Amino acid sequence: MSLHKPYADVPGTTIFDADQARKGYHLNQFCMSLMKAENRARFKADERAYLDEWPMSEEQKQAMLARDYSRLIELGGNIYFLAKVFSTDGLSYLQAVSTMTGMSVEEYRNMMLAGGRSIEGNRYVGEKK
Amino acid sequence: MARITAGVTTSHVPAIGAAIDQGRTSEPYWAPMFAGYEFSKRWMAEHTPDVVILVYNDHASAFSLDIVPTFAIGCAEIFPPADEGWGPRPVPAVHGHPALAAHITQSVIQQDFDLTFVHKMDVDHGLTVPLSLLFGGPREWPCRVIPLAVNVVLYPPPSGRRCYALGKALRQAVETFDEDLDVQVWGTGGMSHQLQGARAGLINRSWDNAFIERLINEPDELAQTPHIEYVREAGSEGIELVMWLIMRGALAEKVTTTHRFYHVAASNTAVGHLILDNAK
Repeated sequence: MSLHKPYADVPGTTIFDADQARKGYHLNQFCMSLMKAENRARFKADERAYLDEWPMSEEQKQAMLARDYSRLIELGGNIYFLAKVFSTDGLSYLQAVSTMTGMSVEEYRNMMLAGGRSIEGNRYVGEKK
Repeated sequence: MARITAGVTTSHVPAIGAAIDQGRTSEPYWAPMFAGYEFSKRWMAEHTPDVVILVYNDHASAFSLDIVPTFAIGCAEIFPPADEGWGPRPVPAVHGHPALAAHITQSVIQQDFDLTFVHKMDVDHGLTVPLSLLFGGPREWPCRVIPLAVNVVLYPPPSGRRCYALGKALRQAVETFDEDLDVQVWGTGGMSHQLQGARAGLINRSWDNAFIERLINEPDELAQTPHIEYVREAGSEGIELVMWLIMRGALAEKVTTTHRFYHVAASNTAVGHLILDNAK
């Protein structure tokens, strides 16, 4: 029997469950390696060479080089692991997270100041606002 | 005997820690949020406990995907702040209470909760941001802290019901510890937030406030809330709120609300904060 996923119909959301964790194991472990200053320095010096030390898929490496966080989440990444990467880049959660929404950082920040993204229309795929 | 005198809940957003560490708390963006903790800092200075049992989640800092314990208790003498990718926060190391932690571990496991015993553990913003919010910036934290880490990163976290029951087991454990200690239980994380995908930035003010209300007055019923409701209504990361139920389970059925605060937004997150007096 496969995993029961009642969250599959939540729009714009990938739940980091055991299936995702399995896909993203090496990707996420790479992220954690950036918790050491010397690894951050090596990664910054030659990102591709550093990534090649990890048995990640080529897709994952390309998405990482492009800092395509939406794709990285699809490929098994989790935001708290990916945080080590955008922290290495000197970005905040807000700056990194906003890149997944199709909004500019400024637009996203203003949305948050105005009360955040409304829940109305965002509970189910196809829910009316 | 040791006794639980109060419960505290608070969000633990990393940007709050950065604002404190960089001296930006009086900026217009941050001032309204920090204002909600002014009373709390004064109250905490007058009611500093001997020990805080601090329920939080590790954000892929101490635990990689190699090992993900559902409930882990820190039994060491000292827990250094973690390097989460920008260097460790400039805050004091956290001093544990190994004797009480060992007692809790033994008592709680014998009440059928399989805690993972952890001796070596760096603590991330999930634990240190609440300490900064409630104690400010002292050279040393003014009390001992027992970290209780709950997995809410790899789905599924423990259910709200299980968390609430763990709180009750913690209370039983604390109240059977021989030393005369004033203990607080803090539940951290939340409130509504989502840090990924096209739905990032989700905030649900009415759901959050109903959660606070029910946490105070009808925790038994609130604890039955299924995971999917947290995900749908409070965002994929809002599911952290199950940790507040551990705090609530450790308190008496009736509590007095000493302080209640809610603010949108800190970074991506709705901030909620409570101080509950554990009525005699």
